[in-house]
Amino acid sequence: MTVKKSAAASGGVADLFRKQIFIPIAALLLLGLFNLAVDPSFFKISLGNNSDGFPVLTGYLITILDYGSEVAILAIGMTLVTAASGGQDISVGATVAIAGSVILRILVGTGGDGTLQAPIIVAFLAACVVSMLFGAFNGVLVAIFKIQPMVATLILYTAGRSIAAWINNNELPIVTDKVFTYFGGFIPGIPVPTPFFLAVICVIITLLALKFTNLGLYTQAVGINASSSRLNGLNPVFIKWLSFVILGLCVAVVGLIKTSRLSTINYSVIAKDIEMDAILAVALGGNALSGGKFNIMASILGAYVIQFLTTTLYKFNVSSDALPAYKAAVVILLVVISAPAVKEKLSAMGKKLKKQREVA
Amino acid sequence: MKKRTLVTLLAVSVAAAGLAGCSSSSETAETAAATEAAAEAGEEEAGGEAAAEEEAEAEAPAASGELIRVGIINNDPNESGYRTANDADMKAMFTEENGYEASFAYSLKNDEQITAAQKFIQDEVDYLLLSAADTSGWDSVLQDAQDAGIGVILFDRTIDASEDLYLASIVSDMNKEGETAVNWLADQGLEEYNIIHIQGVMGSAAQQGRTGALDAKVAAEDNWNLVTQQTAEWNSEKAQQIVQSVIDSGTEFNVIYAENDDMAKGAVAALDKANISHGVGKDVIVMGFDCNKWALEELLAQNWNYDGQCNPFQASYIDEVIKKVEAGEELAEKTIILDEKGFDATTITEEDVEKYGI
Repeated sequence: MTVKKSAAASGGVADLFRKQIFIPIAALLLLGLFNLAVDPSFFKISLGNNSDGFPVLTGYLITILDYGSEVAILAIGMTLVTAASGGQDISVGATVAIAGSVILRILVGTGGDGTLQAPIIVAFLAACVVSMLFGAFNGVLVAIFKIQPMVATLILYTAGRSIAAWINNNELPIVTDKVFTYFGGFIPGIPVPTPFFLAVICVIITLLALKFTNLGLYTQAVGINASSSRLNGLNPVFIKWLSFVILGLCVAVVGLIKTSRLSTINYSVIAKDIEMDAILAVALGGNALSGGKFNIMASILGAYVIQFLTTTLYKFNVSSDALPAYKAAVVILLVVISAPAVKEKLSAMGKKLKKQREVA
Repeated sequence: MKKRTLVTLLAVSVAAAGLAGCSSSSETAETAAATEAAAEAGEEEAGGEAAAEEEAEAEAPAASGELIRVGIINNDPNESGYRTANDADMKAMFTEENGYEASFAYSLKNDEQITAAQKFIQDEVDYLLLSAADTSGWDSVLQDAQDAGIGVILFDRTIDASEDLYLASIVSDMNKEGETAVNWLADQGLEEYNIIHIQGVMGSAAQQGRTGALDAKVAAEDNWNLVTQQTAEWNSEKAQQIVQSVIDSGTEFNVIYAENDDMAKGAVAALDKANISHGVGKDVIVMGFDCNKWALEELLAQNWNYDGQCNPFQASYIDEVIKKVEAGEELAEKTIILDEKGFDATTITEEDVEKYGI
């Protein structure tokens, strides 16, 4: 909201068009208006109790906040990877499976009865370490061996789910502890879904890191021109590698949310195709997929727009195996809109409009 | 003495010759002959020559006593809980105590399975038990098996080959699974059925069978309505989102018909979030399939209402077929349909969970 206000304050339609965050906001407004026109009850939020007797908010918007947060967290890491390496990590879903598998393995062990064998924080930290290691593996392939990011991460994309199954000896452990369900559900007494808070925490940490370190600037420099940034004393190999490690950390958080939702894991389908949503979020945020300048807030907004779209489609009973087709249509639209030629046309049109109004 | 030894030798070699060129029908007779010969040899405490001959024929089934040699080709037991249960059942049935000498080969790839089959044929097993990874490509290897007099029994999966190439095929009837479940639901006598139908991967045999029965019933009855019919592709997360969407829309429903346990679990997670009660005597009836152990425990706790079985316990059926063939009986049918139960939360017992949970 504040972003919108500042855009309005700086005045001029043309300015707004040129702002990177314009695309996700426009998409959000479009979807919102569409739903408002067709069925205003979409925006209804009601306060009820869940089966444990704690107050929770329900409604489509809450669902969007809930599920969109997963993609939003991944979008943070994916934006950095995109900006630094000019490519995308497609192994995210498989690494989520690995992180989830590690969490369950440490929490309940193999052949256990579902009671906790270790504190949740220990399991989560172990998952962070493991998925950062896998991120580092991707990072080494991309930064040192200069392999195309999509090809490099194809390795884990293919092997990751098998590794996840192997970690737990192919068992499907079930956690019976109630506390574990809080991360993908609700903390007693707080009516807003926990994934949203986790996303907020991740965003705050990232924004602080970007503000108080040179991470943002360096990432951008490396993404725009790696060799000139090296000549200016930066270490592009390290920066690229770091972006993959940070993405690994984001993946671990999503792994926690995903496994917590159902207190178990299914290696072959957990977080399936989530990498595509994360990449789409980056694109929706108006970030150049070829690297360079980036805006993390725009990506995060993009993530929620995707979930907005998904939830809208579910509401209209669109068959869930047709969802990717609709998302593809959005991608096509976005790519066209964000193409420099079209962008220039749009802002020129905006200027013209403004002039006409001044004349009148 | 010398003459007797010669007779024994002759008997053994005849048996061996019979084995080399035997057809499936002569199998029992040949087995009997060889057993006789071996017994005779033992009785006579025949000289080193005969014993050596017997050693050489140790590969033959009869020489090692009554054991029936079976080669079992299965999919990787780690594929799913269903497969793990299936493999454990096979291993429990085909033991020496039950009169079998079993060799196992596992693969999810058709070509590796065919290689394993060829090896079993070379090893001259009596029966080849096969759960094929893929339906095609089996004709020539099964022909080889037939030529070698090996009886082929398919379990769990059918193949695209002439029926003459195998003795029997033991499979699930997915349509019947669906009908059993729908009949159970009809017996609940609700005034109105507002069903959330969560489907498996579209086009899979399990999805078609389990959907078909429900679709037919909904079309036939006025008080049966589908609130939503969506595929969650066996994925619990998607199922959760689909049910969440229905809850958000405020539409009333009282039945969740999920085509496997995972998706039912996802649906229940969404219900719990919205404080919609489910289970025996509650607002929403929850139905799942596959009889995972954890799912049956949910039934036992009366959180779910129904779970339909997809029977992985096929070994006893195979045993029966082999016994019949060994006794020279005719099989009534080539295709044997597995007996599959549906469990009701009000009648399920601890023993059922232990026995049928996978």
